[in-house]
Amino acid sequence: MGVGIQVENLNAWYGTTHTLQDINLHIPANHATALIGPSGCGKSTFVRCLNRMHETNPIARATGVIKMGELDIYKDASPVEIRRRVGMVFQRPNPFPTMSIYDNVASGLKLNGFRNRRILDETVERSLKQAALWEEVKDDLKKKSGASLSGGQQQRMCIARALAVDPEVLLMDEPASALDPVSTSKIEDLIFQLKSQYTIVIVTHNMQQAARVAENTGFFLNGKMVEFDSTHKIFTNPKDKRTEDYITGRFG
Amino acid sequence: MTTEPESGSTKSALSPVPTEFVASAVEAPVSAPSPIREFLSQRGSGRLADRSFAAVMLLCSLSIFLIVLFIFFILISRSKLSLLAFGWKFFTRQAWDPVSGDFGALPFIYGTLATSFLALLIAVPLALGVAVFLTELCPRSLRAPISFLTELLAAIPSVVYGLWAVFVLVPIMRDSLGPFLYKTLGWTGFFEGSNFGVGLLTASIILAIMILPVISSLTRDIMTSVPNSQREGVLALGATRWEMIRTGVLRNSRIGIVGAVMLGLGRALGETMAVTMVIGNHADISKSLFAPGYTLASVIANEFSEATGDLYLSALIEIGLALFLVTIVVNAIARLMVWAVTRGAPARAA
Repeated sequence: MGVGIQVENLNAWYGTTHTLQDINLHIPANHATALIGPSGCGKSTFVRCLNRMHETNPIARATGVIKMGELDIYKDASPVEIRRRVGMVFQRPNPFPTMSIYDNVASGLKLNGFRNRRILDETVERSLKQAALWEEVKDDLKKKSGASLSGGQQQRMCIARALAVDPEVLLMDEPASALDPVSTSKIEDLIFQLKSQYTIVIVTHNMQQAARVAENTGFFLNGKMVEFDSTHKIFTNPKDKRTEDYITGRFG
Repeated sequence: MTTEPESGSTKSALSPVPTEFVASAVEAPVSAPSPIREFLSQRGSGRLADRSFAAVMLLCSLSIFLIVLFIFFILISRSKLSLLAFGWKFFTRQAWDPVSGDFGALPFIYGTLATSFLALLIAVPLALGVAVFLTELCPRSLRAPISFLTELLAAIPSVVYGLWAVFVLVPIMRDSLGPFLYKTLGWTGFFEGSNFGVGLLTASIILAIMILPVISSLTRDIMTSVPNSQREGVLALGATRWEMIRTGVLRNSRIGIVGAVMLGLGRALGETMAVTMVIGNHADISKSLFAPGYTLASVIANEFSEATGDLYLSALIEIGLALFLVTIVVNAIARLMVWAVTRGAPARAA
């Protein structure tokens, strides 16, 4: 089961650039939430704050409160503990090229010292099935390198890798932007199925994608969150003029 | 849009309405030759240039073959006397007696391999540590000075290392490190006999210091080239910094690291001057690392000028042949190791 996320007064900087300004929102549990906005508006920075990936950059810093359920992720836990509970899928598929498909998917568990063969096997199968990749790779799980798959398959393997550690939240930073339409629709179907079990936050440039997969949508612009509402409302009757301009493509 | 791309595109940029775009394409003047198109059309097929380029490059790479073959041929032809006298047994004989004309290469092969591998044993963990620190942990402001210093180490001539070893390392070995090793690890049998400060261990240490910068700077370059997405991928799974370095960085660069180690080993096998100054120059095979030894390279350097008699000279050249073969065999084994490790899972990130 997923967990809701409460964000209060989140501010983030890269060096002296103030990339996120006073973000407040509630991401409900077991729903998909889409973040849209033009390039450089801070939506990627925002999701990277949710698993404390933002701070891996030495010049980056963030202030504010992010609560995952009751847990204040910046106060009550280390980044490592947070990232074990918050999975992430990146814009470009990043398979581990020296590992087989099996080891790629199991890497999160193996990393943490999990050694039970039977449960590892089951988890790899379960995650690959969840990521709709099992049928395509089940015959050469341990024979083929993760990097030998096609781009779309690699991305689904990366989703399986993130799901294998059974996270409560799944962050997806433009997961389909490097993929062809067929792979993209597979990944959208996936998100649709996964959101009953996980809290999903997806950054996307593709507004139809947001409309198809997410219950709620937030519109970011220049480091601020302009509007956050149900996806239906954002796309049919936005409150803010800037949101309307953006979703209708009239944005300068 | 047919013959006049410049005016067509400017107009379409100004007026995005499709009908006007079509109109402008019709109106576009057909004349006004484009100087760029004219220039490009006169450039020819380039087939000749490509072919001659390929031929020149082929010559360059063939020259490597030729040089290796030539060296091999010279080594064999010049060591014919000794080859005829001792045959293949030369490589397994322990004798080295210029007075009675009895020669064998085994003590030198042993000395070369022992010092080189011991040097790798000391240098590789250190070099990996340096590289990991520089790429993953070091604050940005310290990165450049430390890299510069490690590379400076590589630029020091080996005779200077030799001098330093004679005046600093040898006394340390004799007076403190040697006795300490005897006391703590004497039971292994590797630290026995009288310790004069010169010997296999001292030579190995100086070799380790010499190959350290080569291995660490190459390893650092390889680790820097590992894409950040690999690090983030591992971190996002909840890895600690060490786990990230192990899975995201070291694992991805393992082939390159083996290559760097091989280059270091190559340098250690052939290193002459510094080793000659501290190894003790005694053709003997001893289990104790305190014992003086001799390497293939240092016996050539030491005795070449005083080699009297054709057989003696010929034996020294055959020592050169032995060094050549040892290098080839060691490299071949290293290749096999890499192949065995990477078989099945091709490592593209390395």
